[in-house]
Amino acid sequence: MNFILGLIAAIGAAVLNAVAFIGELGMFAFSGLSHILRPPYYPRMIGRSLMEIGFNSLPVVALTALFTGMVLALQSYTGFSRFNAESAIASVVVLSVTRELGPVLAGLMVSGRAGAAMAAELGTMRVTDQIDALSTLSTEPMKYLVAPRLIAGIIALPLLVAIADILGVMGGFLVATWKLGFNPGTYLVSTFSNLRSDDVVSGLIKAGVFGFIIALMGCFNGYRSRGGAQGVGAATTAAVVSASILILALDYVLTQVLFVK
Amino acid sequence: MSQAQPKIRIRGLKKAFGDKKVLDGVDLDVMPGTAMVVIGGSGTGKSVLIKSILGLVTPDAGVIEIDGEDVLKAPARRARELRAQIGMLFQNGALFDSLSVWENVAFGLLAEKKVKRGAARDKAIEVLAQVGLAENVANLSPSELSGGMQKRVALARAIASEPAIMFFDEPTTGLDPIMGAVIDELIVDCVKRLGSSSIAITHDMASAQRIGDSAAMLYEGRVCWTGPASGLLTSTDPVVDQFTHGRAQGPIKMALRR
Repeated sequence: MNFILGLIAAIGAAVLNAVAFIGELGMFAFSGLSHILRPPYYPRMIGRSLMEIGFNSLPVVALTALFTGMVLALQSYTGFSRFNAESAIASVVVLSVTRELGPVLAGLMVSGRAGAAMAAELGTMRVTDQIDALSTLSTEPMKYLVAPRLIAGIIALPLLVAIADILGVMGGFLVATWKLGFNPGTYLVSTFSNLRSDDVVSGLIKAGVFGFIIALMGCFNGYRSRGGAQGVGAATTAAVVSASILILALDYVLTQVLFVK
Repeated sequence: MSQAQPKIRIRGLKKAFGDKKVLDGVDLDVMPGTAMVVIGGSGTGKSVLIKSILGLVTPDAGVIEIDGEDVLKAPARRARELRAQIGMLFQNGALFDSLSVWENVAFGLLAEKKVKRGAARDKAIEVLAQVGLAENVANLSPSELSGGMQKRVALARAIASEPAIMFFDEPTTGLDPIMGAVIDELIVDCVKRLGSSSIAITHDMASAQRIGDSAAMLYEGRVCWTGPASGLLTSTDPVVDQFTHGRAQGPIKMALRR
């Protein structure tokens, strides 16, 4: 009997904690969004965040996209050649990259790089009283620290994904023409004839949402971290894990909304 | 003859974290232009007290008045205005490590008053000089400074906006006795020059006597003693006597054993 009561109590506590967490996250996101819409703005902080999330993530996103496009072309060729469908490779590469792999892989890479850095920076600021110090200097920490990162996430990810799309397609093109013997002109015609603007725009919308999620989870976990170095470490891990899971889950939801008619 | 209105008036301030009552009805008055020192053992709520006044912690009950206005009942904008006159020196300095020394000092001017960077830098260098730091530290990062210099920069940041109220959280912690005395001298000098009212939290009795006009002892969530800071070491109150002389035997230890 005691075991059953203990089990029910544990489940109840877990549910209450989950509800409290979701509520706290929702309020944090709402507060962050409301500060995006209300002045004053801190252009210097927005610029710094754009550099951190966007420009500094460019090498890792570019390499990921390039190799993904290359692997995709190679794998598609291996599979499609069994059905004499090699001509579909260009379409598969461009649609996969723009609709799916570009936004998702860029999101995951940026989450691991910039999301973790955000959580670590804000977490350290929290445990060393720097966030409290901002308040005592009449500066709203949500406006100064969180809103610029959310804005930068929403702007930077679509830009990164646009570059990732180009490099991913280029990776497929390089493998197809150099290794698999495709005619370059035919490959490019095939690529662009099957690509619609919806494919690219939908991928960029996904990227904007993922950018917001990465910045939100990095800031949220860093902002509420407690307990010194261990707390900052835990916040960093939580930021990356939660952002990655949310990216994958929201990818399904957005695909359903944007692509399934 | 009517008594002067306290700059800060606290009545019945209560704050608990879970089952632990940290503040259990604190009453405290800080008169204009005077320096109050708050002493008490670790975990007795000294930091929670000043964080409550600053709005960093929300009290469960009580009254916090600044210039006669209750900040806990004032509209958010008015409460922010009242609290904007408080400058704070944090225990560990809490300098922004992503900014240079001068950007830390001029933070309020740059971020809130939108002063041009050149003018803000000039003002920062002027304030740094007031705490005994030369222009050549202005472009350094806080991590490149010694503990004493970091405290000076933090003090410069706190006084840059010429606040009417100043809080000091253990200003001499982590410093050698000479540097501690230097920081205390700077604090007294700054507070007197600005005509500010101040509250300092400290465990350092020498520091308490140097920077305080009056003193209050926090014990079991309440102010158990108030008096002149110069009378701390001669107080006959058993709690104050035990704390200020660092005696192992006495009421405080008995409380710990419970």
